[in-house]
Amino acid sequence: MCLKQAVDVTQLKVDPQTSRLITAEAPRKISDFDKNALEEALKIRESLGGEVVTVTATAEEAKTTIREALAMGADKAYIIKDPAIAKIDTLTTARILAEAVKKLGEFDLVLCGEASIDSFSGQVASRLAEILNIPQLTSAEKMTVENGEVKVERALEDRYETVKAKMPALVSVTRGINQPRIPSLMAIMKASKKEIVEWNLQELGFTPEKLDASNMTVEVLDVSAPKVERKKIFVKGETAAETAEKLVEALLQEGVVGR
Amino acid sequence: MSEYEGVWVFSENQPLMLELLGKGREIADKLQTELTAIVLGSGVKEKAEEAVNYGADKVYVVDDPKLETFQAERYLSALASLTSQYKPETFLIGSTKDGKALAARLATRLNTGCVTDCLQIEVTSEKGLTARKIVYGGNAIATITWRTKPQIATVPPRTFEKPEFKERKGQIIQVEAELEEPQTEKVEVKPLEVSQVKIEEADVIVSCGRGFEKKEDLALAEELAKVLNAQVGCSRPLAEDRKWFSEWIGLSGHKVKPSLYIACGISGVIQHVAGIRDSKIIVAINTDENAPIVEMADYIIVGDIHEMIPAITEAFKKHLSA
Repeated sequence: MCLKQAVDVTQLKVDPQTSRLITAEAPRKISDFDKNALEEALKIRESLGGEVVTVTATAEEAKTTIREALAMGADKAYIIKDPAIAKIDTLTTARILAEAVKKLGEFDLVLCGEASIDSFSGQVASRLAEILNIPQLTSAEKMTVENGEVKVERALEDRYETVKAKMPALVSVTRGINQPRIPSLMAIMKASKKEIVEWNLQELGFTPEKLDASNMTVEVLDVSAPKVERKKIFVKGETAAETAEKLVEALLQEGVVGR
Repeated sequence: MSEYEGVWVFSENQPLMLELLGKGREIADKLQTELTAIVLGSGVKEKAEEAVNYGADKVYVVDDPKLETFQAERYLSALASLTSQYKPETFLIGSTKDGKALAARLATRLNTGCVTDCLQIEVTSEKGLTARKIVYGGNAIATITWRTKPQIATVPPRTFEKPEFKERKGQIIQVEAELEEPQTEKVEVKPLEVSQVKIEEADVIVSCGRGFEKKEDLALAEELAKVLNAQVGCSRPLAEDRKWFSEWIGLSGHKVKPSLYIACGISGVIQHVAGIRDSKIIVAINTDENAPIVEMADYIIVGDIHEMIPAITEAFKKHLSA
């Protein structure tokens, strides 16, 4: 079960001078889609048994964030921490996760969120399954596990599909698949005793060269706030009818209605 | 000289493929190179001809009964075999859910980069091809370039204009590809009931948010929409939580660009705003003058929807019938 420590996108600041985004100070949290994936993993464990372990590749301290996954019910957490991870592409992220999954040994399912809330690339799950050479079932809105097979329902643009595959397999989930549980105080306290294992990239066979910017497939040149140029005119009259009248006149003037 | 050359486009969704041909043509012209469309399917001669008439210089066709409907491993192996053989410099792929996964897998097989959901793609003199996409839940735009080739980009529907149809001549080349066997099995496929008129194409939208406490109140919005010949939409909570609608407008739902967007009782969280950003004029009706939607609106009425929507409907009736 792969978890990303993401930037809380609702608490971002913008540098007023450059309109660049300041992400360093924004709080971190488990990426929302990944929480849905974790919830699904926990449900499967509750009905069929087994173990739920989480894997996170991060450039920053992530123990506090990942502790929440343990409080929700994950059995054990693995964190691969290295400052170089801040600048890597989706291909390298998927390769790191693939090495971690292999190191963990046998598994039935790898669960991921469909995308992360911050970079929103949506590639890591598909790339990971490709590297592991296991079936992938993406954008799951519902999933069931039975007789060594996983079955998912996917809502696509023009059709609804039910697809199944033999396990081991990878499933990526949508936000709509479930409502992630909120851990109880008891669960939070218990989680403090659960194990978080830290790995470094060398242990997984990644040399610093492999992680160098020159070996990445893409380069992010800029991240800036989109320019919002809106008129922001408050329309106000003595009565509702008068306010409405003023608005309608303004909109007719704009030429956006009555065409 | 790089051994990679040319611009390719592919989508399993033909209307989206035609949109990609427009952007692909622009990039190819700028780089003075060929535009190639990839057509996969069974009995797809017409689709290949259509690609030529919408701008492709060349079409590689893999015509195989096994490709009749989309199947990830088969489509992936066909694309991987073509790209390894002919080495395009740039490859635009339609950003449907299946298309996006396909692009990420293809990029993995080719050890290359992929930028998903590009809203702009440009050829720059310094950095070559660059793409822009929405990140951080609609709070920012990232500009990204590639360091490896092929440069794979996925493009969502209705991002670029479909080019003009013109009778043109192009090369249509049949190719063989070894197709991998599927790793997944489709148990059931049901066509989705899509609303007859697409909200993305609406010129005026009256949109409802959490300010609507009772389902009956939606009649207020419908009434206004009728007068304006508009469509009714909603923000995510009305669809996901209250189930009053099956689809919503926002980053995770439909992205719209009407001439006029009337946001009624919508607070305007960033995910919603990301879906309406390209509207020409935005009107917000909200009881809270500090709601985030106010920052995104051209005209703001601080007031109750139950009172204001009927008043606006009446005012429009008066003006538009005159």
